[in-house]
Amino acid sequence: MRRLLIGLLTVAVLPVALQAQLAVRGEIVHTMAGPAITNGVVLIQGGKIERVGAAADVAIPAGYTTLNAVVVTPGLIDAHTVLGLSGYLNQDHDQDQLERSLAIQPDLSAVDAYNPREALVEWARGYGVTTIHTGHAPGQLVAGQTMIVKTRGRTVDEALVNPFAMVAATLGESARAEGAKSPGTRAKMAAMLRGELLKAQQYARKRATEDEDKRPARDLKAEVLMRVLAGEVPLLITVHRSHDILTALRIAEEFDIKIVLDGVSEAYEVIDQIKQAQVPVIIHPTMYRARGETENLSFETASKLKAAGIPVALQSGFESYVPKSRLVLFETAIAAANGLSFEQALGTITIEAAQILGIADRAGSLEAGKDADLALYDGDPFEYTTHCIGVVIEGEVVSNVVK
Amino acid sequence: MSRSCAPLFLLLSASLLVAQQTPQAFIGARLITIEGDEIAPGTLLVHRGKIIAVGDNVAVPPDAERHDAAGKIIMPGLVDTHSHVGNVEGGDRSGPIQPDVRTLDSINVRSAGIQKAQAGGITTVNIMSGSGHLLSGQTTYVKLRDGKNIDDLLIYNDDGSAAGGIKMANGTNSRRAAPFPGTRAKSAALVREQFVKAREYRDKIQRAGGDPEKLPGRDLALEALAAALDGKRVVHFHTHRHDDILTVLRLAAEFGFRVVLQHASDARFVAQEIAAAGVPTSLLLIDSPGGKIEAKDNAFENGMALERAGALLGFHTDDGITDSRFFLRQAALAVRAGMSRNLALYGMTMAGARMLDLEDRIGSLRAGKDADFIVLSGDPLSVYAKVLETWVDGEQVFDRADPKDLLYATGGYGASHDQAHALDHLEEEGH
Repeated sequence: MRRLLIGLLTVAVLPVALQAQLAVRGEIVHTMAGPAITNGVVLIQGGKIERVGAAADVAIPAGYTTLNAVVVTPGLIDAHTVLGLSGYLNQDHDQDQLERSLAIQPDLSAVDAYNPREALVEWARGYGVTTIHTGHAPGQLVAGQTMIVKTRGRTVDEALVNPFAMVAATLGESARAEGAKSPGTRAKMAAMLRGELLKAQQYARKRATEDEDKRPARDLKAEVLMRVLAGEVPLLITVHRSHDILTALRIAEEFDIKIVLDGVSEAYEVIDQIKQAQVPVIIHPTMYRARGETENLSFETASKLKAAGIPVALQSGFESYVPKSRLVLFETAIAAANGLSFEQALGTITIEAAQILGIADRAGSLEAGKDADLALYDGDPFEYTTHCIGVVIEGEVVSNVVK
Repeated sequence: MSRSCAPLFLLLSASLLVAQQTPQAFIGARLITIEGDEIAPGTLLVHRGKIIAVGDNVAVPPDAERHDAAGKIIMPGLVDTHSHVGNVEGGDRSGPIQPDVRTLDSINVRSAGIQKAQAGGITTVNIMSGSGHLLSGQTTYVKLRDGKNIDDLLIYNDDGSAAGGIKMANGTNSRRAAPFPGTRAKSAALVREQFVKAREYRDKIQRAGGDPEKLPGRDLALEALAAALDGKRVVHFHTHRHDDILTVLRLAAEFGFRVVLQHASDARFVAQEIAAAGVPTSLLLIDSPGGKIEAKDNAFENGMALERAGALLGFHTDDGITDSRFFLRQAALAVRAGMSRNLALYGMTMAGARMLDLEDRIGSLRAGKDADFIVLSGDPLSVYAKVLETWVDGEQVFDRADPKDLLYATGGYGASHDQAHALDHLEEEGH
C-alpha cells in the first residue's frame, strides 16, 4: 500500500522536474563508473541521466540549461546519519533519534520520525549531499529502523528512496542500560540479541502454521526481525572495540543474517576476520572524538580496510552536542589525506556507499538511466577552501549557493 | 609550588642547554613569517631556544646542524587561545564565580591530548576551565614542551608569576539551579557584584600604602579579579549570542578589564560594535550550526565579517570540541568563507600571541623570538598538508617520521592513552 502511494505521489510531484532539461559541464567529471572525464558533459532529462561523455562527443541539444563547474561528482551519499531525526537546536522536542524506554525496539520506523524540513537536511544538501541513510541512532541494543531518503521534499514521502533499509543495533559501552536495567553488560547484550532472534525464528514457524486459529497473535517486533533473519534487511551493528566487532560477526554467523558493521574504531585490529566474513563496513566520521570506546580510532582505518578489499563507506554519524552534525564530505576529505586515493575516497560517499545501501541501481554514479543527482564544485571537493557551487537532485537544481 | 620542583627544573634546563649548543639551520623552505613577506626559498636559523635569523641570505655557521627543508613550508608554531587539553578542571558546582581556582593546579601534562596538540602544530596554549560557570577559574598559558610536570610547560611573566588569564562565560551554559543564575540579567548582576567588591578590595590595598595595619586580609578570589581590573590578567569570555557579546563589551567597559571574546558564534551580527570596542575575538568555527540554541547561527563567515570590520581575530580549538590536530583547518574554513589568507594565518599565530600578551616572544618568525615553529609538507590551508615537525624553544617535540609520534598524529591503538611517550623522549635524551 505504501509503495503504491509513493508511486502516485512521485508522479504528482515530478512534472516540474520532468520538464527540466539540464546539461552539466565539468572540467573534470568523476562518473565513478569508469575513469574521470576531462571536459565532460552530463545530459539530464526527466529527472534521469540521459547521457555522459566528453564534451567533444556529446552535443548539448537546444533548450537545455547549462551549468558549469570545475569538478562534477555524483550527488554525495551519507551512508549513516541521524539527519531529520536529531534536530540542530538539540532540544527535547527535536531529538527523535533514540527512544530509551526499551532496549529492543525494532518496530520503530524512521519514516514516522523524519522531519524533511530540519535545518541540517538543507545544510548538508548545500555541500552536495543528495542521499542519506538516516534513522534511529546508535545507543540502544536494537534502537529501531533506518531508511534512505533524498535530501529534498516537503514530506517524507517525497524524499523516500527506501522506507526500511536496516535495523539499527549497538553492542558495547553506549548500549549499556543504566542502573538495574538490562543490558548491563556486554555478555548480556549478546544474550538478549540471541534470545530475540530465536524468538523471531520461533514466531515465524508458528505463524506459518496452516490452521489460522493456532497462529500466535501478531508481534510487530518479531516480524521486523523475521525480515532480518530472512536476509531481506541487514542488521546495522554499531561497534567500536575489536572484541565487540568479533561478537557482531559471531552472532551474524550463528543466525546466518546479513549485517553491516558501523563505527568500528578498532577495525584495523581485526581486518582478517571482517574480510573473511565478507561484511561491508560504514566507518565512523574520520574526525570523530577519540574517547571512551572510540579512543583508539585512527584516521587511516578507511585506507587500511580498503587496501584489504573490504567494502567501505563513510558517514556523518551521530553527534550529541556541538557540532550537531558532521558533514560526510569533510570527514571523507580527512580520509583522502590519510591514505585513500582521491577516487577511493570519493567512492566511499558515492558508488560504494550506494552498493552497501542497496541503491546502486539508482544512485552513486553518473550513468545513463540513473537518478540525476549531481554535486558541482569549484575545485577539488576535498580541499578545505573549495566551494560547492550547485546541487542537482533528480534533475532539479536544489541549491546554487556557494558553500 | 615551583620551589619544590626547582631541582628538577634546573637539571632539565641544564640538559636542554647542552642539547641546544648546536645551532639548527633549516635550509630551502618557504618561510611564512607572518609579520613580513613570505620568503621562498629561505633559511631559518635557531640557537639556544631563540630564532637567530630568518631570510633568503642567512649565513649558516659552520658548526650548525643543517636540515634540508627544500619543498617544505615553515611557519610559526600555532597559538591556541582556548583549549581544554591536559584533563583540565576548574571550579566545582558550589557556586557560579570561583576566581580563586587555578587551572594550573589541575593540568596533567602527561595527557595524550598534549601529544596530539603537538602533532597538530600547536606550540602555545591557553588552557582553560569550562563554561558552566560565570567565572570558572584562572587559566594557564603553556608552551607545549615535553615535560614531566606543569612547571616544565609554564610561561612566566616578568615578575616571575605564571602567565594566565581568567575564564568567564555568559549565555546558557552557566544558567543552572541556584546558587547559579537563572537569567541573563542575573548573570550580569552577579558578575557586577563581584567586580565591585574587587574594586573596593583593590582600592583598600592602594589606600593602605603598604601599612600592614590598614591592609585587608588576603582574599585569593578578589586578588584574581583585581589582577583583571589592573589589566594583568586578560578575561577570556565565552559568549555566543549577539546580545551576550554586547553584554561582555558593556561589562568590560564598565570595569575596565581587558577581554577576549571566545567563540562568538554571532560575531558577524555585531562586528562593527566589536571592532569599535577594540576587543579581540577568538573564533571557533564548527562544521554544522547548532548543538545548542545559542550556537544555531555559528558560521564560517564570522572570520570575513570581523576582518572587514577591522577587528583583531584569531582562532581556537576548544579541544575536545574540535581536535587539536585539525587546528589549521579553522583558518582554512574561514578562508573558504571569504577571509583573506594572510589574516587567517595571522589569526593562527600572531593574533593569538597578542591575545595572550605574548606578542614579543612568539607568533612570528623574527630574530629574537622564541624558536617555536612547525615544518609542513604543503600549504597550511590544504587538507593534504601534514605537520612534519613541531619545535618549541628550539627543541623538537614532534617528528612525524618517528613512529611513536606518528601514532599521535594519525590515531590508532594507544593514541589516547595518557602518556608514556614524553617520558620516553626525556629518558632517551638522558634526563
